[in-house]
Parts: sequence; structure tokens; C-alpha cells
Amino acid sequence: MKLDDREQAMLAGEMGPSCQWAIEHQMQVGRMFDAADMVPVSQAHMMADPESLGEAGVAFVERLAADGGSVAIPMITDPRGVDLSYYLPLGQTEAMANLERRFTAACRAMGIMMTDTCINYQTIMPPLYGDHVAYGDTGVVIYSNSVCGARSNFEGGPSALAAGLTGRTPRYGLHLDQNRRATCRFVVDDRPQDLMQWGVLGATIGRMAGSYWEVPVIEGIDGAPTSDEIKHFGAAMASWGSTPLFHIVGVTPECRDLADVDGAGLPARRVTAEDVNDLGAPFGAAGEPVDVVVFAAPQLSLVEMARVAALCRGRSRAASTDMIVCTPAQVYGDARQLGYIEDIESFGGTVLTGTCFYQQYAREIAEANGWSRLLSNSAKIVNILGGYGYRPALASMEDCVASAEAGTVIDRRPA
Amino acid sequence: MTIRLACHVGIGPAVQGVALVADDNFSARYDLDRVNGVFSRPQHKLFGQSYRDVILVLNTAKGGVATAWMLHEMVSRDMAPKALLLNAANTILAQGAALANMAMCDRFADGDVTRLIRTGDNLGVDPAAGLVTITGREGG
Repeated sequence: MKLDDREQAMLAGEMGPSCQWAIEHQMQVGRMFDAADMVPVSQAHMMADPESLGEAGVAFVERLAADGGSVAIPMITDPRGVDLSYYLPLGQTEAMANLERRFTAACRAMGIMMTDTCINYQTIMPPLYGDHVAYGDTGVVIYSNSVCGARSNFEGGPSALAAGLTGRTPRYGLHLDQNRRATCRFVVDDRPQDLMQWGVLGATIGRMAGSYWEVPVIEGIDGAPTSDEIKHFGAAMASWGSTPLFHIVGVTPECRDLADVDGAGLPARRVTAEDVNDLGAPFGAAGEPVDVVVFAAPQLSLVEMARVAALCRGRSRAASTDMIVCTPAQVYGDARQLGYIEDIESFGGTVLTGTCFYQQYAREIAEANGWSRLLSNSAKIVNILGGYGYRPALASMEDCVASAEAGTVIDRRPA
Repeated sequence: MTIRLACHVGIGPAVQGVALVADDNFSARYDLDRVNGVFSRPQHKLFGQSYRDVILVLNTAKGGVATAWMLHEMVSRDMAPKALLLNAANTILAQGAALANMAMCDRFADGDVTRLIRTGDNLGVDPAAGLVTITGREGG
């Protein structure tokens, strides 16, 4: 890889050992993907929950901080694994909380802003069209690439941290024009009607695309979805397909028409109601007792909080069914002021701040709380949690709240 | 028998080991019980099997970014595969392998690596050379 003078100095250790580690790490990854050089990035965003890090990862980050590591660009964080104001009632341990505290202290020492959110594009500072960034969290990356027109690969925690320290990232993948063109083309029969359906459609296309290196272009979505709708669509697509970028003809900014993304010559594949139902059907559980209802993955926007609160108002959950709602601190303050938190808590729900359910030692909290059957309107979370021992099920937001009230799954999706 | 499989230059040290193969994808978060070292996602083709100290041969990555930290954490507890061989790695697997110093290769010249290599094959993996060698095969 070609390095400029500053990058050569980093590699020689002139910027300190933490920066030296960072650029060595980036060069290893860059060589694997044939990067010719580095590209400056304006922001970094790091996923690093303590379950993923473990003791080894926390100690690693502490060493970088102790060695004088300091971020060169604005750097923010994905949801944490422990809400330090509510962890013992969730069945999390003091050891888990201590890992969280140690990691947070190390990040702050390096100048990282602990925003703890996976919806930074709705709450912090959305990237601009053409902006090169180094983002973690697949939902953040796919939204930023597709909806904002920014440029990021999936940057796992170590690589996002390296980008924060160096202020650049290897120029490969979606930083290059040629990798942003469509490689597969889908025509959607039916426009989704709610957030859950948007997620299931995204998941269906992600599963069909099937690889990080595929770029779907989608026809049949007339008119712009809302930010929350396309958030669920993208997050689910990224989860099911490891997909970092999609285009919707006439909607997303790089694709006014098929020709913009070289999509006209691609064979079109229909996405039918049957395709969508095939993906969602295994997550049906109507009539079964439900242990926990979860609204998360992605964290809820203020608009979603308003909708959940409105559904909860004047009702209460069944004693046998817990309800967890995850939102970032940036939303929580407004939601508290607007009365949404009180509505949800009066229902019997628990609002967690700065976390996301599946990043919170999901296996351990399931065992501690006796949770097995989980219900959510997130097509992303139901894809993740099977490996953690849950029996995940899908329903609309309205049916999720109704299920929490009834204690059994209410799912009014068409069979 | 010796079969040489050329691939793209990879990441990590040269290793030797026994292959565990499936035509399926991989995520450390989605698919593994990392405490007990087994595939835990019921739908995965390697469900219930141990991944510790084997050379995993799979199709591609799935899902999110957590694997980039998790490979490092798994190696720190000696509860990790020796290497990952894939048809197409994504960025997360490459980044994770780099931090964990785990051998990883992808993009095999002769086609689908999940068909070229069989479970139980003895393998040598040389990421720097972009070369995987099948050094032994039951009945071969």
C-alpha cells in the first residue's frame, strides 16, 4: 500500500505505539482487499459491547489508552452491553458491569464520545453524500451508504478504533466507485405497511443477495419511505445478507434511475408476497405464551417511542410477560419530557438507555429471567437470537404490545 | 496425497490442522456458543459440533460486526478455530482475523472451497503465500 508522509510516520511509531498498532492493523486488512492507499475519514463509530470484547478486548483497549492513544477525528460508540443504571434487575452481574466501566473509562481517555447509539444517523450527525466515514454496526453502515450516500465498509470494533486513531481507513470496498454499482436487481410486488414488514422485506432481499460484495438495486418502491421504515429495511437486510449498500430506484440518492448504478442490464428478480412470507413464517407463534417482548435492533427513534407509548397508554402487561424497550440517551431525554417513558413504564415496560437487547449478554439474561419465547417487530433481532437459545417470533408493533398485555402471542399477519 | 489450492493472500500465521466443512455461512455472534465452543444456532449445518482447534471451511460471512472482537476473545481463552477458509470473507472477518492473529484465506482459484475440501482433511494453511495444501485425506 502507498502511504503518505504522515502515514509513514505513524508506521515508524512517531505518533506513539497506539497509532502504530492502528496503521499496522489497517495495512493488514488493506492488503487483503487490495487497497492501493488510505482515504481520510471524517468520523468513526465503534461497536464494542463487553460480551464481544471479553476481558481480553477490554485489556487491549486499556493498553491503547495507557500508551497515549488519542482519536484524531470525532469518534462515537454503538450501544453498550450494560445499562449501568439497570443491570442487576436484568440478571447481569457486577463483573459484566465492571468490564463496561473499564472499557468506558479507556474510551473516554482516548477522547471517544460515548454516545452509545446505533441510530446516530437519526440523532447525532448524519454523514453527507460522498463523505468517507469508518462506521461500525451494520445498520449504521447500510443506512449511511444507502440513504445518506456516504461511503463506509463494515468497520468492526478494532478497525473503527484504528480509523479513529489514524483518521483514515484503507481505500477498498465501498470507498471505491466501482464497488457501489448494482450487482443484482429486485422488483418488489408489494410495498410494506408497517415497520415489521419493512424489516421482513429487507431481510428477504438480503438473504437473496447473500454476500457482502453484492449490491442490490430495488424497483417497485414508489415514494420515499420514512426514516424509521428504511432503518428497519436496511438493518434487516444487513443482518440477513451481510449487505452494506442497496439502492432504491427514485428514492436513494445514488440511483435516480437504473442507469445511475449500471442496473439496467441486470436480470430482474421479483420479490413476491410468497418470498416475504417464506422468510417470516418460521417466526410465527400465535397463541403461545410469550416470555419477553423486545423493541430494539435498531434502537427506537423518538417517533417509535411515541408510537409504543401511545399503544401502552391505559393498559398494562401480563405478569408473566416482560417488555423491554431500548433507546439511546439522545432520545430518552425528549421521551421523558414528552411523557412517553411514563406511559411505557406505567404499562409495566422497562426502558433501557444506551444499550441494545442482543448486545446485553443475551444468553445470560435469558437464563437469569427464564426467557425463551421472545417477540419483537425487528426482523434483525429474530435473526440473531436463535443462536443464543431463544425461540424468537415476529409481530407488528401493535401486536407486540397486545401480546405483552395478553401474555400470549397475538400475530395478525396474514397466514 | 497432496493437493495445492491457490487463494488470495490472506491474514495471520501459517497453521496446520483438520478441516470441518459446511456449505453454510459464519458469524461468531449468530452461530456460536462461545462459552462451550460449539455451533449453537439450530439452523446451522454444523449445529452442535465443536469448532475448537479445527480449520473451519465455510462459504461466507453473515450478519454483523461483533465477530471482529469475538475472534480475539475466543483466541484469548484458547476456544477458537485454528483458521477460517471461506469462498468470500467480508471485511469483518478479515479485521477480526487481523486482531486475533488467526489464519484466514478466501477467494480460491479452483472454485467452491466447501467442495474442494472435505471434513477430516489434513490441511496446511499459508496465508502469506495464498496457499492451502491438503496433505492427507481419509481413503486418499
